[in-house]
Amino acid sequence: MAVTAAPVAVGGLAGFWRQFRRNRLAVAGLALVVLLALVALLAPWLAPHDPFTTSRASFRPPGTPGHLLGTDHLGRDVLSGVIWGARVSLIVGLAAAFTATVIGILVGAVSGFFGGWVDEVLMRVTELFQIIPRFVLALIVVAFFGSGLVNLILVIGILSWPQTARLVRSQYLRHRTLPYVDGARVIGMRPWRIIFVEVLPNVLAPVIVVASLDIAQAILLEASLGFFGLGDPNLRSWGGMLNTAQQYVRLAWWMSVFPGIAISLAVLGFNLLGDGLNEATDPRLRSGS
Amino acid sequence: MSRGRGSKGLVAYATERLLNAVPLVLGVIVVNFLLISLAPGDPVTALIGEFPAPPEYVERVRAQYGLDRPLPERLVRYLGSVVRGDLGFSFANRQPVFGLVTERLGRTLLLMFTTVVIATIVGVVLGVAAARRPHSAVDRGATGFALAGYSIPEFWLGQVLILVFAVGLGWLPAGGFRSIRADYVGLAALVDQARHMILPMLALSFRYMAITTRLTRASLLEVMNSDYILASRARGLSERRVLWEHGLRAAALPIITVIGYNFSFIVAGSALVETVFGWPGVGRLMYDSIFTRDYPVLLGILLLVSIAVILVNLLTDVAYALFDPRVRY
Repeated sequence: MAVTAAPVAVGGLAGFWRQFRRNRLAVAGLALVVLLALVALLAPWLAPHDPFTTSRASFRPPGTPGHLLGTDHLGRDVLSGVIWGARVSLIVGLAAAFTATVIGILVGAVSGFFGGWVDEVLMRVTELFQIIPRFVLALIVVAFFGSGLVNLILVIGILSWPQTARLVRSQYLRHRTLPYVDGARVIGMRPWRIIFVEVLPNVLAPVIVVASLDIAQAILLEASLGFFGLGDPNLRSWGGMLNTAQQYVRLAWWMSVFPGIAISLAVLGFNLLGDGLNEATDPRLRSGS
Repeated sequence: MSRGRGSKGLVAYATERLLNAVPLVLGVIVVNFLLISLAPGDPVTALIGEFPAPPEYVERVRAQYGLDRPLPERLVRYLGSVVRGDLGFSFANRQPVFGLVTERLGRTLLLMFTTVVIATIVGVVLGVAAARRPHSAVDRGATGFALAGYSIPEFWLGQVLILVFAVGLGWLPAGGFRSIRADYVGLAALVDQARHMILPMLALSFRYMAITTRLTRASLLEVMNSDYILASRARGLSERRVLWEHGLRAAALPIITVIGYNFSFIVAGSALVETVFGWPGVGRLMYDSIFTRDYPVLLGILLLVSIAVILVNLLTDVAYALFDPRVRY
């Protein structure tokens, strides 16, 4: 429902969908996201093999009967790994981006609306989180505390909110000087009500766009950690597959090509979706207007 | 056009930002210290080895390194050692962390700065081309490129580049910093170095070109719809001047911010790309340190890179103030 907050005035949910549908790239993004969700959901039925089962048929090229995308150095089926990897990427992406968005909205709104010393303190904290290199810190924390799925989600989420916070803050800085906020103040509305009821719906559109892009970034960060050998050891992930593939680039190109395509398509899907949402919710960006 | 602030104001502003950076640096040091305290394993065990040692000896070593003192006191001691450039000792590399990291830093910076400069130039040009004619073929091409570049993980792109240009075509070396067996001098050495740099740079820059293209296009489109651009057009300025002088000037703000903001991401990117190509920089050192459990090195890198990012952000803020006369603090 929140997504429709902005376009409500210009045609509601139907109007929003009509606008979204006109953008072919956005629809393609939505299709990729739906495909990713379906693959993740149906992994046990879609995968031809258990992704962990090893066999003596190692380094089989794509097209080998029973192994459409080939096998790796331990004879594990690459296609099954790619299918099960969708689950890890989607779960980490969604959960981490949600964590980041909630923190970002709270920090940004309070900071931008109240200003003064509250803003000063919160922005110092935000800067600290923004400045500490996310990947290096995530790497260290995961190396210290283990790379289980929950740890990955928390680490990525807690390190990803500054962008949302800064965006929300800048929006509130702009909005708090606008006549409608002055009006709300004049009639004696409480600050919290102004922040969350009056202003939030007006700034939510770009936040949702960033959230969609955050999912893409979280998927990328999880894959990067996996590539550094710091994925969940009990799960088969795309990043982890690329980590093993690195040693066999000259021997088995399929070990690196297919998981990489999977990551790229998943990330592309959420990026296109974010773009589409951006266009459909921002009247200024609409084609033909 | 009145700027509302002279160069003196800018110097004062820069000084103020520099002072504001002090608590950030302190914050980073505290975070680093807390991580050191949380590091798995007892540092005393690391010092004297796994052998069963008499408890009195263990206690003596603990006291000798001040590890029996309360946390705040140890933090102050740690601050002191950081100021002296003492970031601990790398057991895997048998040398102090500070020297080890700064020695590798040059090669990483070489890769990073070349990438940022090239990516920014290409990205701005593509973004402007796209924004000039929205929804044209040029725009669709640039937007498509931006989306692809933004979505492809750089380490995978690196593997694919190796597959195509090193394994397949054999045009460029698959990795390393320079040819070890050949003894090139002068220009030949430079060419050899550049040949080793092309693939890692391509892998690393793709993403930043994409980000810059995307952002230039988006902010230009937004600016070009605004009233003051309409006013500039009404004053009879040529479309070219409106675009490059007024449009891009206003659009420069988000571009500058994003370059500064992405600096810490480019560190991550270069760590991944260095690992793929065996480029002997800080990133590769990080990868190796995870496997040797060389935590002092990881923490030292975190601290030094964080401080570098603080400096870059400081410059970004100053540049922001230079470009936008409306921003006053």
